[in-house]
Amino acid sequence: MKVLQPGLFSSIQDYGRFGNMKYGVPASGVMDRYAARTANLMLRNDANDAVLEITMMGPKLEFTAATKIVISGAFLSPKLNDNELENNTVIEISNGDILSFGRRLSGCRAYVAISGGFATEEILGSKSWYEGISEHQKLQKGMEIPFTEDALSKIETFAALKFDDKYLRSSKIEVYKGPEFDFLSEEQKSQLEASEFSIDQNNSRMAIQLQEELSNELDPIITGPVIPGTVQLTPSGKLIVLMRDCQTTGGYPRVLQLTSEGIRTIAQKLTNEKIKFLIQESL
Amino acid sequence: MSKELPQISLLGDSAILVQFDQIISEKLLEKVLFYKRLIQQLYVKQKVEVINTYNSILINYFVAIEDAYSDLEAVKEVFQHNNNTKNIDSRVFEIPVCYDLDFGIDLELIAKEKNLEVSEIISLHTKPEYRVYFMGFLPGFLYLGGLDKKLQISRKSQPRMKIEKGAVGIGENQTGIYPKVSPGGWQIIGNCPLTFFDKNEDIPTQILSGDCIKFKSIDKQEYRQIKEQIKHGNFQLKKLERNG
Repeated sequence: MKVLQPGLFSSIQDYGRFGNMKYGVPASGVMDRYAARTANLMLRNDANDAVLEITMMGPKLEFTAATKIVISGAFLSPKLNDNELENNTVIEISNGDILSFGRRLSGCRAYVAISGGFATEEILGSKSWYEGISEHQKLQKGMEIPFTEDALSKIETFAALKFDDKYLRSSKIEVYKGPEFDFLSEEQKSQLEASEFSIDQNNSRMAIQLQEELSNELDPIITGPVIPGTVQLTPSGKLIVLMRDCQTTGGYPRVLQLTSEGIRTIAQKLTNEKIKFLIQESL
Repeated sequence: MSKELPQISLLGDSAILVQFDQIISEKLLEKVLFYKRLIQQLYVKQKVEVINTYNSILINYFVAIEDAYSDLEAVKEVFQHNNNTKNIDSRVFEIPVCYDLDFGIDLELIAKEKNLEVSEIISLHTKPEYRVYFMGFLPGFLYLGGLDKKLQISRKSQPRMKIEKGAVGIGENQTGIYPKVSPGGWQIIGNCPLTFFDKNEDIPTQILSGDCIKFKSIDKQEYRQIKEQIKHGNFQLKKLERNG
């Protein structure tokens, strides 16, 4: 697959570089596992096969062999040559076909799964791109992205799988209380539960910052483990939702922890969109 | 007999967090590593990673936990049925550092502020065995304990945008080595020619949580030699014998 135009920010991701936290290596991996998994399973791939994760503005790609793809997650008005495409259906691709994207109609991140998965280099057990670990960090013009070309033998697809896209429009983020939640004052707790927060422009695969601040007198903690979905409260009162490329340890109080569903919902939000935390009781 | 258990709770739906007292000590690290090893044995057949920090053990699952209740119970049982009795064998690695003023760009400043000779700073820094508590922050970054109180110094008020790979720094009661070029606020006293993280190795780094390291002062010529050896893949990390 050849990259004709790179778009805003697209990268190859699977479920991440699991098992390397002990070396301080971020896990990385798809921001929205549900969408990536759906796209993969429709092609009878493994759920965590490498997909292309596209952020807001899609690339223009030329296929160098016949294959099948599925697009899922955000709806970015995909087109194959001149034909408009739908998300969540199996699309037959011929050699030379050109996939492009247009207006964003819902969500923030779209996923392109390809029959057999993308075949980029595996490092430390994962094909996920991450600066300093993989050769590339994002798509660039002229790049060639390899995929398994004999994949057409897997003709059978799983088109009956249904994609429930309600979360793309939902502002409710499911969370559990974090390890330091109980150190918060009653006022801070009710602020977290009742207030709306807006996504800050400072948002990336590493972390999503929220605009509204919480008053904060909590002391920093002794550096401890953090994982994707951990919500940290900084000394200045900013809330930072850690995402897939986050560091493995941190010293700010961890006030909330997103559920898997919470992570994929916030991964589909754009700058200035509003969210509300829905605190679930945990065991 | 009642036993005081650490705090054991779910962290979201894909992890369990075990937290001991909020302190940094080698004794606590021994305890953490002892229980970490036992917990790892619970999970040999599952895609789960178990890591530690100063006072925590994180049990991180690849996907959401299926039966959180019984997994929590199993982890609690580890603490009910085992007592941390013996110390864990730790290895000591020799880490070469060149404290030449070209690398140790803050050495003279520290010497002035602490009223020490540069040579005293070097001998205070190379004397202790530092305990490796864990890795975090950046791939291959070691959280070390054991810095001499005389060398404790505040961070730069204005962090540097770019610190060289291998830079050895001091910040408050911590010392460490920047494994790659990055911004940072520590006072820089030297540079270590070793590579602390090699993504192409199956095990990216030889030093593990619980090991010890000891810095050895080298001159610029030795520094260049080691760089060459690393380039050609024939550098061997030196393991020291423990005295006594």
